[in-house]
Amino acid sequence: MTKTFNKEIFEEINKGKESWEETCNDAFSCTPERLKRFSTVSDQEIKRIYTPDDIQNHDFMRDLAFPGQYPFTRGVQPSMYRGRLWTMRMFAGLGSASDTNRRFHLLVKEGQTGLSTAFDMPTLMGYDTDAPKARGECGKCGVAIDTLVDMEDLFDGLPIDQITTSMTINPPAAVLWAMYIAMAENRGIDRKVLGGTIQNDMLKEFIAQKTFMCPPEPSLRIITDTVEFGTKEVPRWNTISISGYHIREAGSTAVQELAFTLADGIAYTQAAVERGLNVDDFAPRFSFFFNSHLDFFEEIAKFRAARRMWGKIMRERFNAKSPRSWWLRFHTQTAGCSLTAQQPYNNVVRTALEALAAVLGGTQSLHTNSLDEVLAIPTEEAATIALRTQQIIAEESGVANTIDPLGGSYFVEALTDRMEEEAFEIIRKIDDMGGMLSAIEKNYPQQEIADAAYHYQRRIDELDRTVVGVNKYVTDEDIPVEVLEIDEELERIQMEKTERVKSARDNKRVTEALQRVGEACAGTTNVMEPIIDAVKAHATLQEVCDVFRKVYGEYRDPGIY
Amino acid sequence: MKGERRLRVMVAKPGLDGHDRGARIIARAYRDAGFEVVYTGLHQTPEEIVEAAIQEDVDMLGLSSLAGAHMYLFPRVIELLQEKGAEDIVVCGGGIIPDEDIAKLKSGGVKEIFTPGTPLDEITAWVREHVKPRA
Repeated sequence: MTKTFNKEIFEEINKGKESWEETCNDAFSCTPERLKRFSTVSDQEIKRIYTPDDIQNHDFMRDLAFPGQYPFTRGVQPSMYRGRLWTMRMFAGLGSASDTNRRFHLLVKEGQTGLSTAFDMPTLMGYDTDAPKARGECGKCGVAIDTLVDMEDLFDGLPIDQITTSMTINPPAAVLWAMYIAMAENRGIDRKVLGGTIQNDMLKEFIAQKTFMCPPEPSLRIITDTVEFGTKEVPRWNTISISGYHIREAGSTAVQELAFTLADGIAYTQAAVERGLNVDDFAPRFSFFFNSHLDFFEEIAKFRAARRMWGKIMRERFNAKSPRSWWLRFHTQTAGCSLTAQQPYNNVVRTALEALAAVLGGTQSLHTNSLDEVLAIPTEEAATIALRTQQIIAEESGVANTIDPLGGSYFVEALTDRMEEEAFEIIRKIDDMGGMLSAIEKNYPQQEIADAAYHYQRRIDELDRTVVGVNKYVTDEDIPVEVLEIDEELERIQMEKTERVKSARDNKRVTEALQRVGEACAGTTNVMEPIIDAVKAHATLQEVCDVFRKVYGEYRDPGIY
Repeated sequence: MKGERRLRVMVAKPGLDGHDRGARIIARAYRDAGFEVVYTGLHQTPEEIVEAAIQEDVDMLGLSSLAGAHMYLFPRVIELLQEKGAEDIVVCGGGIIPDEDIAKLKSGGVKEIFTPGTPLDEITAWVREHVKPRA
């Protein structure tokens, strides 16, 4: 045991604390405390001061150790940012594939080090632009991809064998990933060298983001197919980005974000183990994606707790032997839901604080939101300021000079311990329900998040939480910002493009390929190779997804509020 | 208000947009305000929404959109209500809606648009004032 504190010191510390409390109370009898109760964004109560007494049982080597050492509280890599900075990965997608391709080239030229693709709603839901349900949505909140040709245009001229690409895609993740692989192979690039991430996390879709296609069980089966395929065929690819981001955006607390995300991770790991895969073969390719909200220390503690918890889960629960399986590597995005349409330039400051928390929490990659993201897709200027925010943190502020600079802070350590404890409690509850799949069927996480979101909104309305420019320091003056508009013509142009692709393809080949996808879905063959064949034959996104829908049925939102 | 029945309101999510945090919070605020609430859940077409609104005999229909397709979806709902002779159902909207679009939507028959930051009590008070049980 390497207990951080000797027992003897506590008596003296607590004596000192008592006399300090007295002087404090004297001061407060003249000027009372600013608030009746001090609490975080998630409404966790925070004490006046933290001392060694709050982390009495801390054991340096057991609870913290060194970066790159179990339980990884201080970071997954030994060198962290002393070696390489985090990847600056700005999420981008707008209009047509060539519009987004232009934005990608701009971001790479401005120093971005990884690509991240935002798709439009029809693509996210597995529909082509010409689907009746897709009317009015083409290119509005991301790029429209109907066929392999769109994927080729999207990455035209970009060195995909050197740069990693993240794709935020869920129900049709297997299809978009197949298109990416097909696009690379058509360029003569081996799938084995491709690096990147598909989000591919359906459980959090049912819980929070709500883009769904098929019911939870078959969704998990397709995901397990991609994990199996990636492990064997595309070894540098992160097959699932287990995401807390959307859980938080939907209104959860920080602890719920932590607990539900790791519980999702447990469900994916369990499913792959049940498939017969060796945990150390696939777990190193799982990555995570968290939100960085406004409560600075709560977020830093959350990231540190997440690493320590996942390390324990993989090592103790799944008996993973490889340290790489124990690593929780994560991407972070600053909290979209913390931004305000009122006084939008304030959003630059909010984002900077959130980005700083992510960096102090040891993120592997980061997207910083643009000031106008609350209004529309970012303009080039706003996206550049957001990227510059990261560059200033990285290269001017000095925060990346040392690893885990807040390690050892009584407050941050106490908060880290508390969040871990509370999140494990929720995970135990989910285990008792029979795991995340059945918890979702019982609407447990959905209802918990709905309650937390409503509570938060009420606190804002009752002025219990300040939102600058919204419920305090309000100005009547309208602050204009330039907002990007998507051309309404795009829908027609995109439909015509897809029509041209369809009329030039070999329909017999398409039909046969789709039939093989259907057989794989209905049976036990891995779906990935049949899907790659189908998209190479220029089957559209929706044609493949319609096969899924036909075999598995469609999931409908239970409408919990 | 004696003798008048409780207001029946429907909260609906047209289109493919999955951002339902606002819609669900509003549905709950309406319930807490004493209205009868029907929440459609996500991914509804304008046709499905209008049919449900008529079937449920609601006094008001609140549409939520945060992914940019409101300029197609909201007018389409209004148009369908008119076709079905149910234009007396008050339609309001909420979400990420630029100012220029708000003006257009209002002149097209949407009674009010609530943008982010509007307190819940302000919205429920507006409903009480502007929506009456349909005959």
